[in-house]
Amino acid sequence: MVIRPLDRKLLRDLWTLKGQAFAISLVISAGVAMFIMYLSTFHSLRLTQETYYERYRFGHVFAALTRAPMNVLERAADLPGVARVEARVVVDVTLDVPDLTEPASGRLIGIDVPARPMLNDVFIRRGRFPALGHPDEVLVSEGFALARDLHPGDSIGAMINGRRRELSIVGIALSPEYIYSIRPGELIPDDSRFGIFWMHGRGLAAAFNMEGGFNHLSLTLLPGASEPDVIARLDRLLAPSGGLGALPRSLQTSHWYLDNELAQLQSVGLVLPIVFLLVAAFLLNVVLTRIVSVQREQIAALKALGYTNRELAWHYTKLSLLIGAAGGVLGTVFGAWMGSGMTAIYNDFFRFPILTYNLPANVVFGGVAVSFAAATLGALNAVRRAAALPPAEAMRPEPPARYRHSLLERAGLAHYLSPPVRMILRNVGRQPARAATAVAGVAASISMLILGTFFLDSIGVLLDQQFFVIQRQDVTVNFVLPASARSLHEVRRLPGVIGAEPLRAVPARLRSAQRSRIVSVQGLVAEPELNRVVDVTGGAVRLPPGGLVLSLKLAEVLAVGVGEVVTMEVLDGRRPVREVPVAGIVEEYMGTSAYMEIGALRRLLGEGDSLSGAFLRVDPAEADVLYQRLKGIPFVAGVSLKRSAVESFQRTIAETFYVMIFFNLLFSSVISFGVVYNAARISLSERSRELASLRVLGFTRGEISLILLGELAVVVVLAIPIGLLLGYIFAGALVAAFNTELYRFPLVVTPRTYAYAATVVLIAASLSGLAVRRRLDRLDLVAVLKTRE
Amino acid sequence: MSSPPSAPSAPKPSVFAARDLTKVYRMGEVEVQALRGVSLDLHESEFLVLLGPSGSGKSTLLNILGGLDVPTAGTVTYRGQNLTSADERALTMYRRRHVGFVFQFYNLIPSLTARENVALVTDIVERPMRPEEALELVNLAHRLDHFPSQLSGGEQQRVAIARAVAKRPDVLLCDEPTGALDIATGVLVLQAIDQVNRELGTTTAVITHNAAVSGMADRVVTLSDGRIASDRRNSVKLSPAELQW
Repeated sequence: MVIRPLDRKLLRDLWTLKGQAFAISLVISAGVAMFIMYLSTFHSLRLTQETYYERYRFGHVFAALTRAPMNVLERAADLPGVARVEARVVVDVTLDVPDLTEPASGRLIGIDVPARPMLNDVFIRRGRFPALGHPDEVLVSEGFALARDLHPGDSIGAMINGRRRELSIVGIALSPEYIYSIRPGELIPDDSRFGIFWMHGRGLAAAFNMEGGFNHLSLTLLPGASEPDVIARLDRLLAPSGGLGALPRSLQTSHWYLDNELAQLQSVGLVLPIVFLLVAAFLLNVVLTRIVSVQREQIAALKALGYTNRELAWHYTKLSLLIGAAGGVLGTVFGAWMGSGMTAIYNDFFRFPILTYNLPANVVFGGVAVSFAAATLGALNAVRRAAALPPAEAMRPEPPARYRHSLLERAGLAHYLSPPVRMILRNVGRQPARAATAVAGVAASISMLILGTFFLDSIGVLLDQQFFVIQRQDVTVNFVLPASARSLHEVRRLPGVIGAEPLRAVPARLRSAQRSRIVSVQGLVAEPELNRVVDVTGGAVRLPPGGLVLSLKLAEVLAVGVGEVVTMEVLDGRRPVREVPVAGIVEEYMGTSAYMEIGALRRLLGEGDSLSGAFLRVDPAEADVLYQRLKGIPFVAGVSLKRSAVESFQRTIAETFYVMIFFNLLFSSVISFGVVYNAARISLSERSRELASLRVLGFTRGEISLILLGELAVVVVLAIPIGLLLGYIFAGALVAAFNTELYRFPLVVTPRTYAYAATVVLIAASLSGLAVRRRLDRLDLVAVLKTRE
Repeated sequence: MSSPPSAPSAPKPSVFAARDLTKVYRMGEVEVQALRGVSLDLHESEFLVLLGPSGSGKSTLLNILGGLDVPTAGTVTYRGQNLTSADERALTMYRRRHVGFVFQFYNLIPSLTARENVALVTDIVERPMRPEEALELVNLAHRLDHFPSQLSGGEQQRVAIARAVAKRPDVLLCDEPTGALDIATGVLVLQAIDQVNRELGTTTAVITHNAAVSGMADRVVTLSDGRIASDRRNSVKLSPAELQW
């Protein structure tokens, strides 16, 4: 293949520019790598999820209830739009794990041994399915088995209806229902303290007095069936049996978390790369515009020789596209590598039978397309200039640049400024737009650094608020059934308990017009000492004697304000339905909550001194004894410890966020180096003639370096405060984008993060300065002065 | 050695016809009146020298003839084609097909070798010379793969001439081709131009502020302050070597 002479020029120009071109390619590759990493991980998870759901027949609708006879199941199957129905007994129990003093919870799910479940089937990783005639054989969820080092052949104790029973593990299993398994009432999964067990349905039913009945139902829909219709009919059908409100798949816990995570991956994968590619486009713009101005006489000559504007425009666009292509290729390779790593991390976090990394062609195509888009965008201005350059005019030398006295000099400070300092100031002042773009570029890189790291600050505050300001209890105890005030006294008398406060939590559907959510309404004493209601800005809240206090997110979901009324359909006991005013709204970081003063809730329920659980403060010295005792109390269904919650929270954060933050950091550092290095190289190329003249006049290398690097310093010093502010604003935007029903991240950027971002940029600036200084030292005085520019 | 005197009596057909050209342009903050009503005809195979001090408007006139610039008022036609009313695209095509340019500062592409600089042109025109052939014509066959920075000023200018003639242009326009060169080198460059004019019959216009160069022309036009001050034919045409600097 013959390379056309204009293309040879292109390749040689590119070679001369290699340092800058490489820096820009790196920035582009960072953007593309993020794009590929997030989106390929997204696609891998999505594909795995869909396949898993289909193969293991994951349900469309899930309903929990108190107890229903089997004939209700047949009626559910007859509802219009329903394809298949399956009923089960599902019970949460306290486990007795020998080496764990703190109690763990288990969810026992009845299956129709030896048949496989018709819906929500299990995948058996190891071991075998329970055998007929062995009612104590169970399958255990893989997460719990790994966390507790359980294997087929081991056994585990569980408190089943007040009696300790030994369950023997015959297999390790996974289910599409528990890809993400989270203990009821908690926000963070903790595999070491929550396990799922599949066992003989009949035995389980017998143990909980459910023979001939069920308390959980799931179904699949016929194609085209209306989910809301089916749910409404199902709710009516199950209401007499204590239905807790059927949930569509979209609100099923495991699916909901997984979907949230996927949505987050997708939005981060689209938003972050855009920022990087815009910065890259900006850098390309600066570099190419400079090239066009250096080559104005060449362009004029080419036009005189008969090259068309379009040919020249394409020539400079190609230069940009080559840089973009290099970034695209590098980014794709790196992104695929990181994506497979990230998918592996998700494999520990979500439980799939197989999670294979999959890099779809359209993601690669998208990555390459965005890198080209950035390159084209970056070339636009320079290309327009090249095309618009009138050839006759370009033949004439450029008129000398117009300089003015700088602002400081005009302010009467000229006397105090040495000539080099005056040159620095006049240069910055001569091309304010150029100086401003350089400042903007460096500021953008600082803001990216903040954006990449502030999450740690945010999570720190969230953790502190959740686990130290709100939850001042050490232990939360949930009862099997609502109990009387006497149980509170019993709990208070347990060893190690210093203080106890009652909790009456009841499941309810809150409805306002078309909007509704099923939540656990928490009845608390008006001014709790332990589990408090705390507004993130206003502090602890005293619960009013009547009405609901909603978390801001829940109020937003329901679109209600203080003073408005919501319909509260209690899904337990006598199932009263009441219009309840919203008495207050509190802003919280986690979950969606509804609170009520415990007395008011009891009156609404028509109960006396009932409670469903208690918050305890514990003497650490006696904690072990207490935990041991709690495990054996029949009416205790679950115990959660704050310490374990904090630990699992931190572990979760470590698994996901640190990896993301590490990559963000890596990329932000690349960006800041790219920007600063480019700024320094451009000013070197613009000023080398002038600086060489000064050398000839007798200035030392140090002195001319001062002039050039002084400009760089002015740019960096101006950029730092702007970048810090910009970072705060971007962080605010990201926090707003992450506002889900699961989390709201507080907008917090600590001085440490600001200092960190500024330091990285200063280091990048120093390294770039050194690189440019080395070039200055090798400046060929004679050659530079001979060139006509 | 002297060339035979050309016959002043038989005017050849007009290649260029310029009528009442004026040109005003802004340079920084100053307005410059470069041409103040210039009318001129340029004939087939003619060797024209445009003489005048700097600022007299000769470069502006050459740029307008070459389709690099358009006049503020007046008309120029090239073989009957109106260049004044042509759009940017038509002017580009005109330059591409018919015009060879040689500039005072050579304007070679520094990142391309001598051969590649010539190929730059041969690449976009029909029926060009081979780059090697064009460089042979200016006696640079031995410097094909040198970059401009490895060539002397005279050699660079000869590469520029090779680049201009490789397309077999109808007109060759040279703006101070010897302006940046010493006498001996300048003569070599002028010989190359003269050779192209004689052997290929290319209509040639050379701008210079050096009156001695006018000795090698068929016709000498002197510009002064944007106007034609004189227009004469040489009865005797000297070879470049015979010029007295």
